[in-house]
Amino acid sequence: MESILTIKNLTKKFGYLTAVKDLSFTINKGNVYGILGPNGSGKSTTLGIVLNVVNKTSGEFSWFDGQTTTHDALKKVGAIIENPNFYPYMTGYQNLKLVCRIKNVDYSKIDEKLAVVGLLDRKDSKFKNFSLGMKQRLAIASALLNDPEILILDEPTNGLDPQGIHQIRTLIKQIASEGTTILLASHLLDEVEKVCSHVLVLRKGERLYSGRVDEMISSHGFFELKSVQHGTLVSFLQNNPDFISVKEEGELITAFLNQPMDASTFNKLMFEKGITLSHLVKRKESLEEQFLKLTDNN
Amino acid sequence: MLRLVKLELQKLLLNRASVVLIFISFVLPFTVLILSSIKINFFGFFTLELGELGIFNFPIIWHITTYFAAFFKLFFAIVVVSMIGNEYSNKTIKQNLIDGLSKKEFILSKFYTIVLFSVLATVLIAVASFFIGLYYSSYNEASIIFRETEFLLAYFIKLVGFFSLCLFFGMLLKRSAFALAFLFVLYIFEWIAFWIILRATSSEIAWKVKNFFPLESMQNLIKQPFQRLIMTKYPENIDMAYDYAVYWYELVIVLGWTAIFVFLSYRLLKQRDL
Repeated sequence: MESILTIKNLTKKFGYLTAVKDLSFTINKGNVYGILGPNGSGKSTTLGIVLNVVNKTSGEFSWFDGQTTTHDALKKVGAIIENPNFYPYMTGYQNLKLVCRIKNVDYSKIDEKLAVVGLLDRKDSKFKNFSLGMKQRLAIASALLNDPEILILDEPTNGLDPQGIHQIRTLIKQIASEGTTILLASHLLDEVEKVCSHVLVLRKGERLYSGRVDEMISSHGFFELKSVQHGTLVSFLQNNPDFISVKEEGELITAFLNQPMDASTFNKLMFEKGITLSHLVKRKESLEEQFLKLTDNN
Repeated sequence: MLRLVKLELQKLLLNRASVVLIFISFVLPFTVLILSSIKINFFGFFTLELGELGIFNFPIIWHITTYFAAFFKLFFAIVVVSMIGNEYSNKTIKQNLIDGLSKKEFILSKFYTIVLFSVLATVLIAVASFFIGLYYSSYNEASIIFRETEFLLAYFIKLVGFFSLCLFFGMLLKRSAFALAFLFVLYIFEWIAFWIILRATSSEIAWKVKNFFPLESMQNLIKQPFQRLIMTKYPENIDMAYDYAVYWYELVIVLGWTAIFVFLSYRLLKQRDL
């Protein structure tokens, strides 16, 4: 598979603080990647390094198998970082024209991309008069100007209203469906769950998980149980190798599975042991629970 | 190169404040020059014609016009520091780099624009001086007209050097107002350093050292023309004689500072996390 970005043992220190610690991963063509992590976990710093605005302390990264210099590679990349940064006194069209000059792209692309994000009728308004949603969409148009091989988005829905968030997500999905590789950094889990195929979880600059989103979620699930014979049930579960761990919250017992088992098998087992259940639910963890588990427990 | 200049010109010419300042820095010295060259009649009491003083004679006109026009460089200096300050305050510097402009190209686009502006300013002052000189000067042999045109070269180098200093201060401090204030601080600092050396050694050595300082070396390129004017009026005053010529090593010092400032701006940008 063709690799677009390779990061090897990347480290960034800001004085005493290590923002990114020995991070390695590879972005392959055609997938939608999510970088998940709480605020301050090093997402933006990592993106800043590969985008040539933050200097690395050690380690390496290479674009497109290292065939070009970073700033030439960036001409094939479309990226927006947190806030849309444009010249407030220029119109939307003029701002994009400037980006065309930097990226050596033909001006005919401007109207095309403005149409994609639905800003064609506002192209002659000054950037400072745009709403935040419009600014963000202009940023996406700007990132798409060069028909990039990879689109990098850092918190693209930050500070937007629900409609704005919806518009941006629809746009991202549309772009992804056209085969553009996307790297999306976010702390919003459902955003990543809805949009991404692969995920990288960071905490304090360290990689906690890297792989497919569905594999991350696909643990064997857990049972939520209640019974009058509370003590018997807990001791049975704790001694059974099929369960990794058992949690008690008041009457509710949560038992995490070590291997696949469906609810009816479990129910039958309980019946044989003479334990009657008053409550039995089998559930799978959401990305959110999985994420919290990853970021809290380690 | 053309791409980088176009890039910067778009940033400047669409910004109303920069356009006004650029316009002023071109037009104001020109207007002053034209106004001073016409005969002003003060309500019939007396007429003032600066041309009568001989300031528009070749070759001294090159010295006079470049000396006075250089004061108007401050207007474009504001443009230079604000073109860096704005990039930082709008965070567009970050976006420019992300879009694929290299850090070197970023600095070069600013520097090329500085050079372009200095060329235009020099050409403008040269043309204006030439025609006013032709009108007033009693000499019209080419050898006299084009004598001392090295003042134009000095003027050009002086502008490039001064704007490079502004570029560096802009990059260093990220804010236009601080950068301009720092120019003043540097001016005071040069005098303090001069005073310290003066105390430690002699006035001769202190001046020699001060001529190497950035602001003084630029100032020193075109020396004040007043003494020279008086000399031409009263040639018998031998004690007024001084050396007003432009020397190659003075040009080299300013060019050296220009190179240092541009390089330091680049180093600063390269090492900084945006």
